[in-house]
Amino acid sequence: MTDMNRIEGSAVPLPIENLDTDQIMPKQFLRIIDKAGLNKGLLYDLRFDEHGEPLTNCVLNHPAYNGARILIGGANFGCGSSREHAVWGLQQYGFDVVIAPSFAEIFYSNAMNNRLLLVQLDREAVDLLLRESTNDPASKILIDLEAQTVTSTTSAQVFKFPLGARHKRMVIEGMDTIDLTLTVLTDIEAFEKRHFERHPWAAVM
Amino acid sequence: MSNHTTFYKKLVDSHTVTRIDDQNVLLYVDLHLMNEYTSPQAFSGLAEKHRPVRRPKQQLAVVSHIIPTHAESPRVIRDAASLLQAENLARNCDKAGIRLFAANDPLQGIEHIIAPELGLIRPGMAVLCGDSHTTTYGALGALGFGIGTSEVEHVLATQTLVYRVAQTMRITIDGALPYGTASKDVIIWIISQIGAQGARGYAVEFTGTTIASLSAQARMTLCNMTVEAGARAALIAPDETTFDYVRAHSTSLDEAAWMAALADWSDLKSDADATFDAEYSFDARDIAPFVTWGTSPDQAMRVDALVPDASQQGTPEAAAALRRALDYIGLESNRPIAGTPIDRVFIGSCTNGRIEDLRIVASIARGRKVAHGVRAMVVPGSGSVRRQAEAEGIAEILKTAGFEWREPGCSMCLAMNDDFLEAGERCASTTNRNFEGRQGRGGRTHLMSPAMAAAAALTGKITDVRSLENHHD
Repeated sequence: MTDMNRIEGSAVPLPIENLDTDQIMPKQFLRIIDKAGLNKGLLYDLRFDEHGEPLTNCVLNHPAYNGARILIGGANFGCGSSREHAVWGLQQYGFDVVIAPSFAEIFYSNAMNNRLLLVQLDREAVDLLLRESTNDPASKILIDLEAQTVTSTTSAQVFKFPLGARHKRMVIEGMDTIDLTLTVLTDIEAFEKRHFERHPWAAVM
Repeated sequence: MSNHTTFYKKLVDSHTVTRIDDQNVLLYVDLHLMNEYTSPQAFSGLAEKHRPVRRPKQQLAVVSHIIPTHAESPRVIRDAASLLQAENLARNCDKAGIRLFAANDPLQGIEHIIAPELGLIRPGMAVLCGDSHTTTYGALGALGFGIGTSEVEHVLATQTLVYRVAQTMRITIDGALPYGTASKDVIIWIISQIGAQGARGYAVEFTGTTIASLSAQARMTLCNMTVEAGARAALIAPDETTFDYVRAHSTSLDEAAWMAALADWSDLKSDADATFDAEYSFDARDIAPFVTWGTSPDQAMRVDALVPDASQQGTPEAAAALRRALDYIGLESNRPIAGTPIDRVFIGSCTNGRIEDLRIVASIARGRKVAHGVRAMVVPGSGSVRRQAEAEGIAEILKTAGFEWREPGCSMCLAMNDDFLEAGERCASTTNRNFEGRQGRGGRTHLMSPAMAAAAALTGKITDVRSLENHHD
């Protein structure tokens, strides 16, 4: 697994507001029972024409951005459908981090559960990083997860980003949340018993 | 219960097994619904770790998203990958002892249509599903929201979810709904007002006389689409309308159980002095038949207005989004949207695939014909809706008018099956998302109410349903 503590690399600028998960992972790639092939599906309609040929005007097809581990997006990134395939696809393509002014709620949980780091920054900070990576695809961004900072190595500006303690642990350690929850199984059982005794109507099946 | 408490907090508190930290609680899940495409990897994850499904009787699964909707019996899934998903779901459910509504089950349908109609959604419950439109259940006073596949696995293994508690928002709407409008117009209008991110991170409680006047099914449309404003949940405090609906569908509750439940539900509302993190108030007089003009649900307008231009957008980002959207959707600024020719009509989905929706469509289509060259599909939300529509004569009216009368499923709402738009085709749709490519690559979606979609089908263009009805009368 990638070391998520310190990530340094170039970034792909994709300043699209409300970029929904239908666009991030189109329907034809969802007819699977595993997680295979989602690197191909990522942002498919933006990357390929109707004949499957790469669109040269798509930033993701620009050779200068090959190997970038960071994607910079617009506000409300990942809105719409709950499909976790969007997160799996971003990772399979090679992204470890998405930077945006805001993220949709379900997408955020999905990302954390897969150790895709989501960095929320002010719009001004995101705009600066977008400009830098647009002007010079080789410009580097450094993310220090422990310190929760993003550094533009081009302009030497440093931005703090928010991350809950639990999510931070999830990204750094990749902890098994089910195992963690099952440590309080007796609490769940006690709750359950009391809950259905008090609220028998809540047992519907 | 303490004072100053919101309805949302009461629902979270009553399902909190334990508080994890200042952001997260371990939330108990009364009922978990599954479909064939967001659950397979969750079952695989369980199998890898040799974990059982902890509470099989609190799960329900249905084949909904990939199923073809051709009118054929028995129904056959011909696409190999889709068939594998359906068979895989059946295997997983069989192994775990989970109730499944498979392709040819008479009760098959879309999750969010069948769960309420089977009496499985009751006020005060917490109901989750690997589908974003699970917010629907707030219409009956239940906490419902969508989750991802990792979370589906967590729920299957523990019957709980690690849940980041949302902020609270109250949206008050007062006044009578104007002629020709429905709850679909209300929610599209609200999303256009507060934006596709306007309720991001919030649980939204709807209140006011307009909401009180809506039927239970109309409230489902409203709460269903609230997720398109980014909301984590949508809620309407249960009232007589709710109780009447739930009573009619909860046949398993006897009189004593029902009276006890009613007593238990009496506190399911926000306290009079509860405070919210955000508040909006709207006047129903401002509502008109609405239609989306762009590729995000907040890019919507009155049907009698002009397509907006970049200068009217509040921010540079919105202006850029407008240009991108108009380019995709093939409309020009400052022109009327009414009169725009359409190729396809889709009536159905978890937003508008209920019997009341089909009644409205039939009332407008009766004695008329679908316009020449327009392909109009009606996909009932469930087998029960389909049978009821047939019993009421609705199916006959629609077929006579030239609509295709199809089998239930999600269908062209997200086009995972073989119902989709060709590139450039323009569709009047009662669904919930007008995203680029949502209904097919290059397809152009205009979201609207069932009445407006019916008007579009009959005239072959985006049409103000109020003018149609006046003309007819």
